[in-house]
Amino acid sequence: MNEVSDAPDQMRRTILKSAVGFAALGLAAGGSLTSAHAAADAKAWPESAFKQKNEADALKALYGKASEASDKVNLDAPEIAENGAVVPIAIATTLPNVTGISILVLENPYTLAAAYKIPEGTEPSVASRLKMAKTSKVVAVVESGGKLYTATKEVKVTVGGCGG
Amino acid sequence: MASTIRVRAIASGETTQVQSLISHPMDSGFVKDSKGQIIPPHHIEVVEFEHAGKVVFTCLWGPAVSKDPYVKFSFKGGKKGDDLKVSWVDNKGQSDSQVAKIQ
Repeated sequence: MNEVSDAPDQMRRTILKSAVGFAALGLAAGGSLTSAHAAADAKAWPESAFKQKNEADALKALYGKASEASDKVNLDAPEIAENGAVVPIAIATTLPNVTGISILVLENPYTLAAAYKIPEGTEPSVASRLKMAKTSKVVAVVESGGKLYTATKEVKVTVGGCGG
Repeated sequence: MASTIRVRAIASGETTQVQSLISHPMDSGFVKDSKGQIIPPHHIEVVEFEHAGKVVFTCLWGPAVSKDPYVKFSFKGGKKGDDLKVSWVDNKGQSDSQVAKIQ
């Protein structure tokens, strides 16, 4: 009797577990997994990390660990962004063995904006453009030798990039 | 249809600098249209850059990446005339890819 009623719950748990596990795996082993495919693979996208609403949760979902500030992470962002829809952000670091770089915008609806995987032979430097809802701290995160290092800068936004 | 991907890769010494511009709306799911209806999220999730059978750079993008996203990075090992393959896939399962010659 009990066994029967437990079954769906057990199944739900298994599904949940595998979903969470897969999200973590997608990042940890993503480099080697995706190299087997010729085209980009949507399953490598860590959905849960992109749904988090604060810095600690986003980093935990993405990397599974906490971070520390470092002056070796160089975050290049404007002091004032006139247009929040297009904010140029560049991140570089002198840290060795970098495997990943990500960017968090703390006041955006979802904290994590973008994450980049840096395989061996690729320079730990990336430039791209982000949307910002309003004035916010922007956090650059660098994964180096299995640890996370961050640099933070406040960017003032005069016209938000998420309103309509 | 013209490709959605514009990519320029320039080899200089050991490193190859790659700049790429992809034409995509990158709708965040927070913006309303002129009738006050929410425009559903439509954004690129994964972009991969491949050189000589090896993925040299992977972008994982959320809805906060700007419309028509731009990205710049550099990697070692590319030579003039090599192929660089760029491919993306978005949250609706649409995708595109493009092969460019390193200059």
